[in-house]
Amino acid sequence: MEVIIKIAAFAPLVTFVTIMAGYKWMSKTLTAWVACSSVFVSFVCSATVFYDQVVNPQQVVVMVYHWISSGTFQSEFSFLIDRLSATYMLFITGVAFLIHLFSVGYMWEDDGFRRFFSYLNMFTFLMLVLIMADSLLITFIGWEGVGFASFMLISFWHQDMKNNDAAKKAFVMNRIGDFGYLMAMCLLFYHLGSLSYSQLFYGEKLTALQALPVGVLSLIAGCLFLGSVGKSAQIPLFTWLPDAMAAPTPVSALIHAATMVTAGVYLVARTSALFEMTPDISMLVTIIGTSTAILGAAIGLLQTDIKKVLAYSTVSQLGLMFMALGLGAYTAAIFHVVTHAFFKALLFLGSGSVIHAMSGEQDIRRMGGLRKHLPITYKTFLIGTLAISGIPPLAGFFSKDQILASAMETAPVFFVLGLGVSLMTAFYMFRLLFLTFFGEFRGTEEQKHHLHESPATMTIPLIILAIMSIVGGWIGIPHGVAHAVGIHKSFDTFMEPVLGKFEMHASLGMELLIMGITTLLILGSIYYAYVLFVKNRVRPVKDTEELTGLSSAIAGKFYIDEIYRKYIVQANDKFAGLLENTIERLVDGTVNAAGTVVSSVSGQLRKVQTGQLEHYVVGFVLAVIVMIALLI
Amino acid sequence: MLLLPILLIPLITAILAYFSGKNAKYMALGGSLLNLAYVLFMLYTYNTTGQETFTFSMPWLPHLGVSFSLMMDGISLMLTILSSIVMPMVIYASWNRDYEDRHVLYALMMLMDAAMAGSFIAADGFLFYLFWEIALIPIYFICLKWGGEGRQRITLKFFLYTMMGSFFMLFAFIYLYQHTPDKTFALQSLYEAGRSLPVMEQGLVMAGIFLAFAIKMPIFPFHTWQPETYYIAPTPGAMLLSGIMLKMATYGIIRWLIPVVPLGLKEYGIWLIGLSVVSILYASFISIVQKDYKRLIAFASIAHVGLISAGLLSANMRGIQGGLVEMLSHGINSVGLFFVYDIIVSRTGTAEMDKLGGIRSIDPRLGFMFLIIVLGVVALPFTNGFVGEFLLILGLFEYNQVLGAFAALSIILGVVYMFRSFQKMMLGEVKDEALNYKKQTNQETMLLLLVCVLIIGFGVYPKPILAISEKSVMELLEGIAQ
Repeated sequence: MEVIIKIAAFAPLVTFVTIMAGYKWMSKTLTAWVACSSVFVSFVCSATVFYDQVVNPQQVVVMVYHWISSGTFQSEFSFLIDRLSATYMLFITGVAFLIHLFSVGYMWEDDGFRRFFSYLNMFTFLMLVLIMADSLLITFIGWEGVGFASFMLISFWHQDMKNNDAAKKAFVMNRIGDFGYLMAMCLLFYHLGSLSYSQLFYGEKLTALQALPVGVLSLIAGCLFLGSVGKSAQIPLFTWLPDAMAAPTPVSALIHAATMVTAGVYLVARTSALFEMTPDISMLVTIIGTSTAILGAAIGLLQTDIKKVLAYSTVSQLGLMFMALGLGAYTAAIFHVVTHAFFKALLFLGSGSVIHAMSGEQDIRRMGGLRKHLPITYKTFLIGTLAISGIPPLAGFFSKDQILASAMETAPVFFVLGLGVSLMTAFYMFRLLFLTFFGEFRGTEEQKHHLHESPATMTIPLIILAIMSIVGGWIGIPHGVAHAVGIHKSFDTFMEPVLGKFEMHASLGMELLIMGITTLLILGSIYYAYVLFVKNRVRPVKDTEELTGLSSAIAGKFYIDEIYRKYIVQANDKFAGLLENTIERLVDGTVNAAGTVVSSVSGQLRKVQTGQLEHYVVGFVLAVIVMIALLI
Repeated sequence: MLLLPILLIPLITAILAYFSGKNAKYMALGGSLLNLAYVLFMLYTYNTTGQETFTFSMPWLPHLGVSFSLMMDGISLMLTILSSIVMPMVIYASWNRDYEDRHVLYALMMLMDAAMAGSFIAADGFLFYLFWEIALIPIYFICLKWGGEGRQRITLKFFLYTMMGSFFMLFAFIYLYQHTPDKTFALQSLYEAGRSLPVMEQGLVMAGIFLAFAIKMPIFPFHTWQPETYYIAPTPGAMLLSGIMLKMATYGIIRWLIPVVPLGLKEYGIWLIGLSVVSILYASFISIVQKDYKRLIAFASIAHVGLISAGLLSANMRGIQGGLVEMLSHGINSVGLFFVYDIIVSRTGTAEMDKLGGIRSIDPRLGFMFLIIVLGVVALPFTNGFVGEFLLILGLFEYNQVLGAFAALSIILGVVYMFRSFQKMMLGEVKDEALNYKKQTNQETMLLLLVCVLIIGFGVYPKPILAISEKSVMELLEGIAQ
């Protein structure tokens, strides 16, 4: 098993290096085969590991090598395989493989085809390191590494400075989070002398951890959460994610929807023992998550760029996951991570297929009626939309239901807010669907002429992801219902060894009632979208038209970017400029003034200074001789 | 006896290079590679003999209590490795550039190497001071003869400023000397003398010694000579200054400050560390608004050195080992950064970032390699920069959590200014200045590739590097704990 675990992690690294080394001579076809096959190998290995965990739920620690050691600080590069990491491995490699496949078609015409696949492989490797690592420090390698991979892929088309700015913004915001992560590591090592998960949270250091004062624990948890906020695009560090849509669309699907941005959720779940002990921080997690969910969904209502809608949707869905984490429903959050990976990857790839067909157009105001031209894309996109909206029996329904149900149990106010988010989600997603695939075509004649369904390497991943978006949720049928029909195993019980027991007390009737009401309301929301955008043919306003009140604030994304730019970025530059113009000048001026005094006293020095090199050498030698002579 | 070649090889190379005219560069490169080979042999010997300290001593000026004593433990070995790795790279970096009187240039460089190596292995306070001052002279001439505009004023300022700083160190050493039991400048005697002083006096001695180091590294507010000097210095000079020379000061903190005045450090060290942390943040902020790439790396260097200083002065395992690793990383990365400067300026004649752009589109190899160097500088995990900076921050954090947190803010600011410079020069549309840009030559690629390999190599597998100094640092800490 150890070998399989190592192959799962390192196969993409090997091909990354291969493609980098063979950059010059490898053909596109060969590159595609090499890149996809390694991820497929990794997927098969992950499936094996996952199966092993199903049969035999034991933690496996695999030591690879000794990384950093300094006195009592010992850090081994080792993997921790349990049901949590195995689950992540499985869906990451699975989705990554499908997206690799999709990219072969999508990126075929691009000059940077090889570069693109090498980056994707690098990303896959680092993402696996992130979730397979046995210590916070090794996770940090993946953590910063995927941030870097994301940077490279956002600025993939680097001739356009806008992409570069987006990439830098993403990296800087991630680093702000990483600062928190770093502090958490320092604190943990300072107090407990270890960074290893298996020691800290499941092993010998657990009692010492529990014995720490709540203040220290809260500080650690808060710092870790800051890391999660940066990586998973939560308030206040969420504005990088919509800008990150400058990356090629498969990247948006893989990194900025399905995998990397859920790393923050993983981190909190992995350290759940810590968050369990810090109710204040957990409350903060819930509040930040819920606010982000609402904000993201609200902004999503009025976006006109197909990818931006999906980006804000991702922000919002991640918020829901954090809401669940804060409420202690760790399995519900992880469950939603998995289903979200399927349907959001599907939706992004679907949008990629649309953009591909529209020759790069991303504005939904210039789309419409694509249903006829892109039948497979349309059908799969519809499935994805139904899934994210939470229509039974698709995947999103079950995971969202579990989050809402656990909110109902612990704090009903978050149930109401979560329900509100779901209604908005259904609305903006169907708005997107209707505007893109229904009604009349609103683009140019040239675009219309070019419309075509995508090739098989692109549609096959869509179909597989669509199937997963339907069946993916069946592993987590609500308890009451499951017991009524005689199923006793579910995702919750599967995760129990890692994330603890997940208690649900609601009766069968209560469960059915909640499900019924939410589903009805969601259907109502969809119907409203239908009336607006299909029956009444409402079209989003043009950029030139003035909006008023709330809608102008929403369309302006609540001006958060502008506020950041003015009060943080520009203020920072101004502060730096001020430092240079005042303190730097003052210090240098003082030194120069002192120097002038000295040199005017010893005016002779100036004459020497303008002479020839030879004079200096002679002078120097003489000086040394005199010096030594004097000493002796 | 094993230690003498470390001084003699560069010294003899300097003389030979001076007299070999046009072939000076081959002579210099050969000599520095021989030196590297010898240092690696020393490393091998050191590890196979159970990490015994090498020593060498012979009487020199007995009536003054000065002896020619050298010693090399793991700490000195780290620094010797640094200078012997960096030296051939600096020489190779100037391989195809036109410098007048190359034989003089290489002779001076090798002379400086000898002096710096001497300061890393000196076991006598006076000898250390002597090497420290001698090293200043060649670099003064290098900057003066091959420097850019305004070199006369700037080099003079540099020379006088650092010279003045080192007088304070000399005063401190003489003061210690008067308190030694056997009236010598020997390392152990100075340690004894320092430790026997009352806390207040230890603090004063510490201030004197630290002033010399603070100017040399430099840290705020003693840094104003540095950006100017780097700016006018020819590329090899800038590489030597930032790659090796400033490590004389950071090494000095470990060897000639911490063990000399342990009580003073315990009592007043927080002020020095606080100043170092201020220096990190101050220099990071200033870096953000630099318009010239070379000035940017000058200030970035101040920021990094501030972190090294703060970590070392924390005087614990992580702080000192992190500082040692970071010195090595900083040396390698500095060579990389200045070489990128040299490559760009040799094509476009400018390093003003607003005028440049899109170079990666023309020369993807340069873009890629520069990126790896940038990653090393911003301390991404699996690069050499991370190992050092993580341990430094950890060490500082163990000393004082608040200062540790402030120092760690530099990881955010570092990304802001380094990625800004990368993007402005490498990405975006190709600007006019870069239109006729010529791709890098094989020689340039070789050197950058070597830098990249070292960055990743030390980052992925730092254990052997850390193992070199582990025992010596532990002994040092035990020494001051008593």
